[in-house]
Amino acid sequence: MSLIYLIPLLPLIGFVVNGLSFPNISKQLAAIIGTIPPLVAFILSIQLFVNFDGTTQILHLADWIKLGDLQIPFDLQIDALSIMMLLVITGVGTLIHIYSIGYMSHDQGFGKFFAFLNLFIFFMLILVLGANFTVLFIGWEGVGLCSYLLIGFWNQKNSYGNAARKAFIMNRIGDLGFLVGIFLLIQNFGSTDYATIFSSIQQGDVPDNLGLIAFCLFVGAMGKSAQIPLFTWLPDAMAGPTPVSALIHAATMVTAGIYMVIRANVIFELSPDVLKLVGWIGLSTALLGAIIGLFQNDIKKVLAYSTVSQLGYMFMGLGASAYSASFFHVMTHAFFKALLFLGAGSVIHAMSDEQDILKMGGLKSKMPITYLTFLLGTLAISGIPPFSGFFSKDEILAHLYHHDLLMWSLAIIGSACTSFYMFRVFILTFWGEFRGTEKQASHLHESPWSMTIPLIILALLSMAGGIINLPHFAGGNEFLAHWLAPLLPSTEPLGEVSFLSLEMGAPLIAAFVPPMLAIFIFSSKKLIPSEDGQIQGIQKIIYQKFYIDELYDLIIVRPVNFLSVFFGQVIDFLVIDLFVEGIGKIVQYASTEFRRIQTGNVGYYVFMMVISIAIILFMGLKSWIL
Amino acid sequence: MNLLFILFFPLLIGAYLLIAKPKHAFIISLSASILEAIATGFVLYNINETLLPITFIQDWIPEVGIQFSLKADGISGILIGLCALLLPFIIGSTSNTEKANHAQYQGLMLLMQSAMMGAFLAKDAFLFYFFFEASLLPIYFLASQFGGENKSAITFKFLIYTIFGSLFLFIGLIFVYLRTPGATHSADIETFYLTARNLSAESQGYLFLAFFIAFAIKMPIFPFHTWQPDTYTTSPSQGTMLLSGIMLKMGTYGVIRLIIPMFPLGIGIWGNTAIVLSIIGVIYGSIIAIQQKDAKRLLAYSSFAHVGLISAGMLTQSFDGIQGALYQMLSHGINVIGLFFVIEIIERRTKSRDLAQLGGITQSSYALTVCFIFLSLGSVALPLTNGFIGEFILLKSIFDYSLILGVVAGITIILGAVYTLRLIQKSMFGNVSRITTEFSTLTLEEKMVLIPLSIFVLLGGVFPNAILHFSEESVMQITQLLK
Amino acid sequence: MQSIPDIIRTIPLAHYILLSSALFCIGILGVLTRRNAIIVFMAIELMLNAVNLLLAAFSSYYSDPSGQIFVFFIMAVAAAEVAVGLAIIVMIYRNIQSIDIGILNKLKN
Repeated sequence: MSLIYLIPLLPLIGFVVNGLSFPNISKQLAAIIGTIPPLVAFILSIQLFVNFDGTTQILHLADWIKLGDLQIPFDLQIDALSIMMLLVITGVGTLIHIYSIGYMSHDQGFGKFFAFLNLFIFFMLILVLGANFTVLFIGWEGVGLCSYLLIGFWNQKNSYGNAARKAFIMNRIGDLGFLVGIFLLIQNFGSTDYATIFSSIQQGDVPDNLGLIAFCLFVGAMGKSAQIPLFTWLPDAMAGPTPVSALIHAATMVTAGIYMVIRANVIFELSPDVLKLVGWIGLSTALLGAIIGLFQNDIKKVLAYSTVSQLGYMFMGLGASAYSASFFHVMTHAFFKALLFLGAGSVIHAMSDEQDILKMGGLKSKMPITYLTFLLGTLAISGIPPFSGFFSKDEILAHLYHHDLLMWSLAIIGSACTSFYMFRVFILTFWGEFRGTEKQASHLHESPWSMTIPLIILALLSMAGGIINLPHFAGGNEFLAHWLAPLLPSTEPLGEVSFLSLEMGAPLIAAFVPPMLAIFIFSSKKLIPSEDGQIQGIQKIIYQKFYIDELYDLIIVRPVNFLSVFFGQVIDFLVIDLFVEGIGKIVQYASTEFRRIQTGNVGYYVFMMVISIAIILFMGLKSWIL
Repeated sequence: MNLLFILFFPLLIGAYLLIAKPKHAFIISLSASILEAIATGFVLYNINETLLPITFIQDWIPEVGIQFSLKADGISGILIGLCALLLPFIIGSTSNTEKANHAQYQGLMLLMQSAMMGAFLAKDAFLFYFFFEASLLPIYFLASQFGGENKSAITFKFLIYTIFGSLFLFIGLIFVYLRTPGATHSADIETFYLTARNLSAESQGYLFLAFFIAFAIKMPIFPFHTWQPDTYTTSPSQGTMLLSGIMLKMGTYGVIRLIIPMFPLGIGIWGNTAIVLSIIGVIYGSIIAIQQKDAKRLLAYSSFAHVGLISAGMLTQSFDGIQGALYQMLSHGINVIGLFFVIEIIERRTKSRDLAQLGGITQSSYALTVCFIFLSLGSVALPLTNGFIGEFILLKSIFDYSLILGVVAGITIILGAVYTLRLIQKSMFGNVSRITTEFSTLTLEEKMVLIPLSIFVLLGGVFPNAILHFSEESVMQITQLLK
Repeated sequence: MQSIPDIIRTIPLAHYILLSSALFCIGILGVLTRRNAIIVFMAIELMLNAVNLLLAAFSSYYSDPSGQIFVFFIMAVAAAEVAVGLAIIVMIYRNIQSIDIGILNKLKN
């Protein structure tokens, strides 16, 4: 048996052991059982990466569904794309497991938490390793389940439970689209295997409804990767413990949609209309997320909207057929966003679960490691060279520049917003005076080593992550693009650019100017944004996320609830059942009427008998008489 | 002979319990049901080895061509398997209650099993009808003697409604019977196939309606469902489990066994309407379930929605649809009795099923929450649970039939998540309420029921092939008939 | 000496029919109008006899003895009926001190 099987199997074992033994084993043991599997899986993935010879390898694990001619096996596929994803998932996953040991140390559900995290890693690995869309779907729904369980981890609080349900249900809406896509694939190709489908498309067997298939798959991606109109669950998902936000709702799960589109690039490439839709949805989401992020005061909410917005960038890249650039951004984003979330978690941990940045400030001196690493993350996400975010975002922007100038310029605006709000959060949290309570101030401390070590490693990755796809102009050789090339459509190399051109200059301006503005407003002028309750005008609309949640509530949730009551109370009882009961009532009524014939008088009965005999005789003799 | 044993053994033990009223009724009925399950397993093993049906034929009323003939093939095999598998759990779920050693109660459950086994095994149409009706008696007494609020009125409505439907079935059966060849005619189902298929499209249309109404009431299909939520809510939990876990499958089984092979032209006329009605039921039931306050009633509507999907799938008459329907019958049976048992456990401890009053159970009973979530995941069709395989195949078949209907039916996976997660949230999560503060953990007996059911949920999702392969041959024969 | 059938045949068939119809109608009217159980009973006997008469007449006109056998049957049954019926009437009288059938409406409830 190949060691590859162990990669998904180990987290599963971790889940089973921790899940069954909770709450009967000590936290230390649970931490070890929970952390070892992703770590070993990471080591195995590195080994796989090093030994990879460029050929796609399909491992047949077992038959799963066999239905007439349709075969859906449990197959795993090892290729350039899945190996890269493996590295990100197990690598970042391991760091976050280590971080959680410190972060969750006071929590009663410690073992359960690690069990769920391991289950998540398992499903995520199945998602990327699957060799057909159905196995991908197992992981796809499985990570949704884990996301549900982990958002609602502190299940006593109803609002957390609601956020968890919202996430699961919105994902399910996308999943329905995905499922329809799978059915269409089965109809057209009689299989869900990547190899079968892609090779038959490449051989020219293009079905008419390929665009529809691409659209349905994209609907799935919208749900999982929080794109308009299915994005509102992601900010609410911040109810979960912070390591979960870092792992699931920033680094890995939400990028599953991008992974899937890249995986199915053969289908998307032949559906230009859908690709265009992907680009514009991505752009709108990126802008919307960035604008909403400008006025949020909850540190995790800001990061959540920033995630929504960054995912939008990735889809924009996909829309411009810049698959390797988008994937590059997936990877760097995994580094710096995980870092930022973990940094935020470290702050929240120190602030005794306070998340409002208005109550923070001046944490620089109290938490030096968190401060420095958070700064690196902020620089990376803002696209300031030479940090990783600069290279990946710039590559997407460069492709957009050649693809659609309007999209490009809007994307630059979004990028400017991003660097502004990230510096706003950074300054309000770490610089200036402390604005919290006395009690919080006395409790402030740097986090334990298990939390700071992952921060440092992720900070290094955010700083240097650009190396994996360093462009030629910066002296690199675009390693990632070459690595993925066999799986992607061949693209024209973008021409060399100079730092002085518009193409290069605008993103740099967008990266450098807003931070200065933020420093000017929040640090030099010491302006503090108004409290949540006092926000007015257009700010309030933005702060309230353009009332999109309320809109959904009004047009979907309430009508469905109304229908539920209406169907249950009115249609069922007053219409259908009335009819059913009506038949019974008619019989009863008829019976009360007919009862009157039974007078009980013997003479009357005899009379009726005689009359009836006479009638019968008459009927019988009628033909004879007449 | 094995067939005779699995048919009459529960009857004998049940009759013994009813008449002799022994003291240790629970242990007797539990061991009887386990023995029955083993015997059934043995029969199924034999079928699986050879993939050939096992039959038993004995003349019964030769003057009118009615035989006492039984047949277990891949299709009925799944259903007798379901029936034999679930009964030990249903009986086990009475442990430690006053019903456990109530001889009458246990006896009625065994009689019920015998009747349902008979319906699934019958090879003769009148024998099928006989068992189809006979199963009503024990469930009637179970529900009307041991039920909850307003039991006699509700159970009576259920009884009359079902008998009303069966009347049409009976008329239809006689109509076909009189057209079978030979001086004494024949009531053999396979003769029925040949006879009914040669009838004119018009008569097939009417016959389809007659048969379908009977089965639609049993399942139930929109708009024949109004007996169901009340009956499920009022019946004692074991009655509800029997009804939803096994008995409603007599309706779906009837469609596969009788309607599909007999009236291809009839389905041509009415099939589309029936599928649309089923899918309306799927959406309608799911939507109603969203706002239910009574947990049992919520599950009743959810069961209604699931059955609608089964019905729609098999009425597409495709190989996939029938296979999916069979698979989903099995999964649904397992999931639904587990879920009803969870509600029963909650009710035993808190004396309430009102979701507004429950909450926070996970803090006192972690194991119950885990099992409940497992069973719910099966019910919402998460991949790697048995529900997914069934719904995936069913949705695929409906989708192949019509894209629009497929997408509409697919909304069930969204709505299913909505009401199931609400149920979990309101009962298991959230703050501990007044009545759940002293919620005791699961007893060993309760675990013995819930844990195996949860494991079945998982096994069904990971290894579906064993069952799909088991029924493949028989389903193929039916679809061959349609060509 | 003429045989009995011959003697019967000396009267035209129509007369028998008329007579027995008349007897039968009297019987029916008796049953319908009288309230005394014994009279009702006698009226029933009258109807039976009307039928007997007709059967005997047809039997001789068509030379078919089965009609007469029927008559014997009816007579035997009537005798049994009288025995049982009178016993019932006696019991009714003992219970309600009356043989008025108008009082016997217990069937209603």
